[in-house]
Amino acid sequence: MTGGDIIEAVVKSLIIIVALLTAFAYMTLYERRILGRMQLRSGPNRVGPAGLLQPVADGVKLAFKQAITPRGVDKPLYLLAPAISVVTALSAFAVIPVGPTYNIFGRAIPFHLADFNVGLLFVLAMGSLGAYGIVLAGYASNNKYSLLGGLRAAAQLISYELALGLSLVGILMISGSLSLTAIVEGQARGLWYILVQPLAFVIYLISAIAETNRAPFDLVEAEQELVGGYHTEYTGLRFALFFMAEYINMVTVSALAATLFLGGWHGPFDLLSGPWWLLAKIILILTLYVVLRATLPRLRYDQLMRLGWHWLLPLALLNVVLTAIGITLLQ
Amino acid sequence: MLESYGPVLILILLSSALAALVLGLSSIMGPRGLGRGARDTYESGIIPTTSARQRFPVRFALLAMLFLVFDIEVIFFYPWAVIFRRLGLYGLIEMLLFIGLLFVGYIYAFKKGALNWE
Repeated sequence: MTGGDIIEAVVKSLIIIVALLTAFAYMTLYERRILGRMQLRSGPNRVGPAGLLQPVADGVKLAFKQAITPRGVDKPLYLLAPAISVVTALSAFAVIPVGPTYNIFGRAIPFHLADFNVGLLFVLAMGSLGAYGIVLAGYASNNKYSLLGGLRAAAQLISYELALGLSLVGILMISGSLSLTAIVEGQARGLWYILVQPLAFVIYLISAIAETNRAPFDLVEAEQELVGGYHTEYTGLRFALFFMAEYINMVTVSALAATLFLGGWHGPFDLLSGPWWLLAKIILILTLYVVLRATLPRLRYDQLMRLGWHWLLPLALLNVVLTAIGITLLQ
Repeated sequence: MLESYGPVLILILLSSALAALVLGLSSIMGPRGLGRGARDTYESGIIPTTSARQRFPVRFALLAMLFLVFDIEVIFFYPWAVIFRRLGLYGLIEMLLFIGLLFVGYIYAFKKGALNWE
């Protein structure tokens, strides 16, 4: 790498981090406002115009909370766990293409941090590594609720990981590449993959919600039974790191869904330029997340496991077989 | 080739720095001094009796083993899927055999009740 490349990578990395943190902050507000509306109340609207400064107020409040380290915790792991969560969440975004190549300051800048031939695998790997944060937090906290939350997270993650991974095989067959840029270009030339892989899209979306531990699959932090699960013993900014990781993972998963199934940064008409199209699609999927949370009750644990192993896994396998036969017949 | 991973490394380093910064701030900022019982493990107001590091149900272990098996199968799918168009009918038949074997294993685990949580 030349010096210019390194500067470019540093600038892009900083942009990704700042953008994701902003997205995290405003996603919390967006979610609370929509939840409020769906429950016939206004949601937070006092801090700043229309509540727009609420995330700042929350951040400041969290920063000035006392950092309590309970007795009996495994201190190195206890501190490492939130760091792992947030680092993997931020890094996963590296390979997602945000737009075409633009010319800025006389330099051709591709709008993605990295594009390598196993891009998709990288996102999935980072998502799986994120589970370490949750499991280690559960183990290190020396709290029964946390331990249960951590164990549940591990079991849930590995159950839905299979369906998630398998649901993407159909796309790989059609696009013939693991590089996300190539997948986006494949959709720009032909149909969006949601139209040829509708079953895979549904399986991906369900598994992705389960992977990010969101309602109705939020058994990891089920307030009513586990008082918060793996982050019970975390206070202030340490808790904020877990919160951050969860929301950034939601953004990444939505960006991946938009990239793989909804045509990435391409839009049907030239109304908006690339990155804005992607943002619109991400917001669409994030809205779905919130509406699902407001609509569906939490699953019971055995129902969660049955959905993953009895339904999603065989359906994803079926999707692979059908796609393979379909492609062979068409050729 | 390996150079394309450089930017990712930079992003990982920068986000690690962010995490370290936030963790560092968390111990500097905020009030000091602890009330009685502040460092106790939180169990909804009940005084904790035993350590939380206990045995957990073997079901989790069984699930982990099944996951290992199936996840490796999924990884085998990826290279096949990428070059599927070039393999043609040969690739399809080979993979149907593979999926068939995988499905027999799935049925076996299913019948044994390994996939039931009750």
